[in-house]
Amino acid sequence: MFSHIRTIWLTFLHLFKKKVTIEYPEEKVKLHPRWRGRIVLTKDPDGGERCVGCYLCAAACPVDCIALQATEDENGRRYPEFFRINFSRCIFCGFCEEACPTYAIQLIPDFEMGEYKRQNLVFEKEDLLINSQGKYPGYNFYQVAGIQAGVKGKGEGDNEEPPVDVHSLLP
Amino acid sequence: MPTIYIDNKPYEVKEGKNLLEACLTLGFDLPYFCWHPALNSVGACRQCAVKVYKDEADTKGRLVMSCMEGVKDGMRLSINDQTAKAFREQIIEWLMTNHPHDCPVCDEGGSCHLQDMTVMTGHDYRRYTFRKRTYKNQYLGPLLHHEMNRCIQCYRCVRYYRDYAGGDDLNVFAAHNHVYFGRDKDGVLQSPFSGNLAEVCPTGVFTDKTLKEHYTRKWDLTMAPSVCNHCSVGCNIIAGERYGELRCILNRYNGDVNGYFICDRGRYGYEFVNSENRIKQPIIRNRTGEAASEEELMRSMGTILTHQKLLGIGSPRASVESNFALMQLVGHDNFYQGVSEAEAYLTRKIAGWMQTGSIRSASLKEIEQSDVVVVLGEDIWNTAPMMALAVRQSVVKTAAAQAAQKTNLPLWHDAAIKEYVQDQKGFLANITVAGSPLDEIAAHQQCLAPDDIARLGWAIAHELDASLPGVSNDESLLQQAQAIANALKTAKNPVIISGITCYNESILTAAVTLATACHAKVGFALPECNSMGLALMQAPSLEKAVDRMQREGDSFTVVVLENDLYRNISATLVDDFFSHCRNAVVIDSLHNATTEKAQVLIPSATFAEGDGTLVNYEGRAQRYFQVFVPAEGIIKESWKWLWHLYLLKMQAGNGHDHYPNELLEKLESVLPQFKGITKSSPPRHFTIHGERIPREPHRYSGRTAMLADRNVSEPKPVQDNDSPFSFTMEGFKGLPPAPLIPFFWAPGWNSVQAVTKYQEEPGGSLKGGDPGISLFKEPTQTTPLVFHEIPEAFAVRHQKWLLLPQYHVLGSGELSSYTKALQELSPQPSIALSAEDLQGLGVEEGSSVQLKINGTSCMLPVKIQKGLPKGIALVAAGLQGSPVMSWGEWGKIDGMTNGGE
Repeated sequence: MFSHIRTIWLTFLHLFKKKVTIEYPEEKVKLHPRWRGRIVLTKDPDGGERCVGCYLCAAACPVDCIALQATEDENGRRYPEFFRINFSRCIFCGFCEEACPTYAIQLIPDFEMGEYKRQNLVFEKEDLLINSQGKYPGYNFYQVAGIQAGVKGKGEGDNEEPPVDVHSLLP
Repeated sequence: MPTIYIDNKPYEVKEGKNLLEACLTLGFDLPYFCWHPALNSVGACRQCAVKVYKDEADTKGRLVMSCMEGVKDGMRLSINDQTAKAFREQIIEWLMTNHPHDCPVCDEGGSCHLQDMTVMTGHDYRRYTFRKRTYKNQYLGPLLHHEMNRCIQCYRCVRYYRDYAGGDDLNVFAAHNHVYFGRDKDGVLQSPFSGNLAEVCPTGVFTDKTLKEHYTRKWDLTMAPSVCNHCSVGCNIIAGERYGELRCILNRYNGDVNGYFICDRGRYGYEFVNSENRIKQPIIRNRTGEAASEEELMRSMGTILTHQKLLGIGSPRASVESNFALMQLVGHDNFYQGVSEAEAYLTRKIAGWMQTGSIRSASLKEIEQSDVVVVLGEDIWNTAPMMALAVRQSVVKTAAAQAAQKTNLPLWHDAAIKEYVQDQKGFLANITVAGSPLDEIAAHQQCLAPDDIARLGWAIAHELDASLPGVSNDESLLQQAQAIANALKTAKNPVIISGITCYNESILTAAVTLATACHAKVGFALPECNSMGLALMQAPSLEKAVDRMQREGDSFTVVVLENDLYRNISATLVDDFFSHCRNAVVIDSLHNATTEKAQVLIPSATFAEGDGTLVNYEGRAQRYFQVFVPAEGIIKESWKWLWHLYLLKMQAGNGHDHYPNELLEKLESVLPQFKGITKSSPPRHFTIHGERIPREPHRYSGRTAMLADRNVSEPKPVQDNDSPFSFTMEGFKGLPPAPLIPFFWAPGWNSVQAVTKYQEEPGGSLKGGDPGISLFKEPTQTTPLVFHEIPEAFAVRHQKWLLLPQYHVLGSGELSSYTKALQELSPQPSIALSAEDLQGLGVEEGSSVQLKINGTSCMLPVKIQKGLPKGIALVAAGLQGSPVMSWGEWGKIDGMTNGGE
C-alpha cells in the first residue's frame, strides 16, 4: 500500500521537472556531429568525388548492403561508376566509415529516412553524394597517394621526392 | 629423410630442399618475397630470416636467410625467435619507407603478397618521416599496367621475364636505391608470357590492364575452376565473374600441366564472353519476329526433328559432352568432325597411335623435366605457347642439373647455378619450317620444308636404330642427323614434339618412329582445346559431310555445333553445303559467318557459363565448371540443348533435368575409348561434411545491394545441380579436392601465393594429386609403332608454292580474337615468302600479291620470312580476315605492281 502511494507521489513530483521528451517533428532532435545516421559520399576540397572505388566499405559491411563498381576517368582517377546502398538492410554500424581510406563515406546526424515503400530505401550514388567535405575538411587522397590521377604529377604530392632520373648514376 | 628441429619440435623433411621450402611444406607461415618456387632462391630480399642454432646447447644462434640454407639432418632452427621476428619486421619497415599510400586504388589490393607479409610480420606504423621515392611509369602495351612507385626491388619480374620466359625487353636500370624495372623505352612487352608478371610481382607494379577496365577485388569475384579453351594444352585457369560479366582469368596451379604460369592468349582471351557479338536469344529466321522463346523454339524444332533426317557437325572447341550429345541426336553415322579432311585425318591418326599405348604422350611437366627435346615441324611458340615455355625450362633445367652435379651446388641455389652455367644449355633441336623464337636457345635449329623435316626425322631414327630405313645420298642431312642422334643416345628422358600444322603425315610418322627408336615420350600439338576429344570419336571430316550432302540431295537438316565452318574449309564449299541442306540449325555463342546461314539459331553457353570436359593434347580429360549464370537465362550449355532435342526427338522426355555426369556415363558405355572420363572430377552430389564448395570467398560483398536497384527483395540464390559447387559464399571452408579448387586462399595468404597451402610441397603436385584423368592406356611393350615410308626430298615447283598456315600466338585463336586487347596485338593477314622467291616474283616487300588455289584467289600483302625454304608460302592463318584454304596444297602467286589489276 505504501509503495503505491510513494509511486503516485513521485510521479506527481515529475510534473514540476524539466521535460525530456520533445515535440518531434515540430521540434528537431539535437544530434552530435559523430552520430551515426544516414550515409553520404563526400567530396574533395577541389570538388572531385572522394570515393575511389576501393571496395573496402563493401567488404566491411556486415550486412553486405553496399555494392559499387569502380571505374577510371581519362586521367586515371578512380571513381565509382555506380554506388548503391540498400538502407533497408543497413544497420548503421559505421564500419564502412571506419574502413574508408579516403574519408569519402561518412555517417551523418540524420535519421529521417522513413519510407512507405521499401524500394525507396535503395540509394544510388546521386542520392548519396553531397557537395561538401563532411567531417574531414582539407583531405585529398590523391595528394598523398603515389599514383598520378590528374590531381598532382609524379613526385609532386605531399612528402614525395621528385621522380628518379633512371639515367643518373650519382649516389 | 633428414629430421630438423623447428622451435624445438622435430619434423621430417625432404632432402635437397632449402629451409624456406621445408618450413612452407610443413605449413609454417614464413614471409618471403624474392623466392618463388618456379624461380628458386637468390636471397635478395632478406625477408625470410630465421635463427639457426649450432647444436642443442647453443642458445645464441645466428640469423640466416632460410631460402639460402639447405636442409641438414639434425638442424635446429627457430622461426618464432624474437630476434628473427624483429629482423623480419624491420625489413618490411624499410620496404615501407618508400611504398606509396596506394592500396585503395591499387589493383593488387586484396590479393597482394606485400600486404599479407606486412600483416604477417606485424609492421603497422611508418616511423620514417622523410620523403618517398617516386618513379615515372611506362606504357607496356594493352595487357599490363605499370606503376613503378610500388616496387620493392625483389627482382622477381626480371628473373621471371628474362630467365624463365626468355624475354629480353624488360630489364633493371639505374643504380642503388633508384633501380628501375621496365623497358628501355615505352612500348608493348614482346613476350607472349608477359601477363604472368601480374601474378609474379608481389606488389602492384604490374597489374592486369583488362581487369582495370572493370575492376573487381579478388574477394568480390565468383570463381570456379576452369580450363583454358584457346589451344590444345589445356592449362588450368580460374575464371572470375562479377555483376554478370567475366572479369579476369587467373592461373590455376596444376603441377602436371601449366604449373604457375599461363600464356597471354589464355589470360587475356576471355572478353569474348562479354562481347556485344553474343547470341543471347534463340532466333528462328524467315518469319516475322525472329527472336523466339524457348517454347517456340522447341515447337519448331519438334517438327524439324520428327520429320527430317539429321546430319551433325561437331566441333573441336566444344566440350566432349556437347559433341557426344550431338552424336546421340543425329546418330553415329550422321556425325561429322567439323574440321577439314587433312586436319581430321591427322588428328585421328595421332589419337589412334596414342590409344595403342605403344607411345606415351608427355605432359608439360614431363617436357620440363626432359633432358633432350626434338621439335619436328611444329611452331609450338605460336600453336601451343605453354609447351614452348616448358621446352625452354627443359633447356635451362638440364644445364642447371648438370651444373649442380659437377659443383655439388643445390638446385634451388639459382644465382650460383646461373653463375656456373653461363651460356650452357640443354639440348634442343628445333626443326621448323620458318623458325621460331625457340631457335635462340636451340643447340640445333634449322628451317626445312615439311618433307625434308620428315626425312631428317627418319635419318635420326636410322642413326639410333640401324634396322630402320635410312635416308641415303644426302651428306648434310646425315651430318645433322648424327649430331641430334648422339644427343638422343645419351638422353635419359627425351621428348619428341611435333604437330599437324605442316599438314604432312610423314612428319608425324617420322616423329613416332623416332620416339619408338629412342624410347621418348611424344607431344603432338593440336589445333583446338578439344581436338583430341573430337578425334577420339573417330568421325569423318567436314568435307565428307559436304560430299554426302551433294550426293544425297536436299533431304538433310544440318545441326552445327559451336563451329564456324568458314574457318575450317573454303567458303565456296561451305556455301555449297548450306545451299544443299534443307534446314540449318546452328548452336553457338557468338555470331559469325556460319550463324548467318542458320534458319534456327540457338544460344549456347561459353566456357564460363557452362560445365564440360575437354581432352587436351596428351589425352588428359579435364573438367571445367560453370562460373556464373548468364543474365539471359535462356543461354544454356550446348549439350543441354542437344540432349533436350534428343529427348524431344525420341519423345522420351520425362521433365527431369540432365546432368553432365549422366551424359559422361552414357559416353563411356557407347564409346569405350572414353573409359574413365567420369572420374575427371567428383560427381555432382559431392559434398564435404554435407556442405557444397562455395564459388565465392567468405568476404564476398554486396549481396543485399547488387540487385536491389531492380527489386529490393533479394532473390533466392541460384541452385547448381550440375556440379558440387554453390553459387554463394556459404559452404565448406577448408581445402577442396584438387579438381574443385575455385580459388587459392588461406588464412593470412590472400594473394596467389596461397597456392603453397594447397600443394604437397612448393612446386609439387596439389594435395590429393593434380587434376585430370588420362584417357590413354599405360605404355605396353607389345607392338612398337614403326613406319617405313620415307618421302622424297622437297622439290621446288615452277611458279607454284606449297601453302602452309602461319599462326600467331595472340591473334590466331577464334574466340580470343574477339578480345579488344588481343586484337590490338594481332598482326594483319599477310603472306610470307623467302627473300629469293620474292625477288623471283619481282615484287617489293609490303606490296600485295594474288594467291590462287583451286579456282579461288585472294589478295594479300607479302613479307619476307627469314630462313623460309624456297618454294613455300606461309599464309597468316586463324586471324580475323585471313583466308581459309586447304593447307599443304600447291597454289599460284602472281605479283601485282602497286596492287592494281
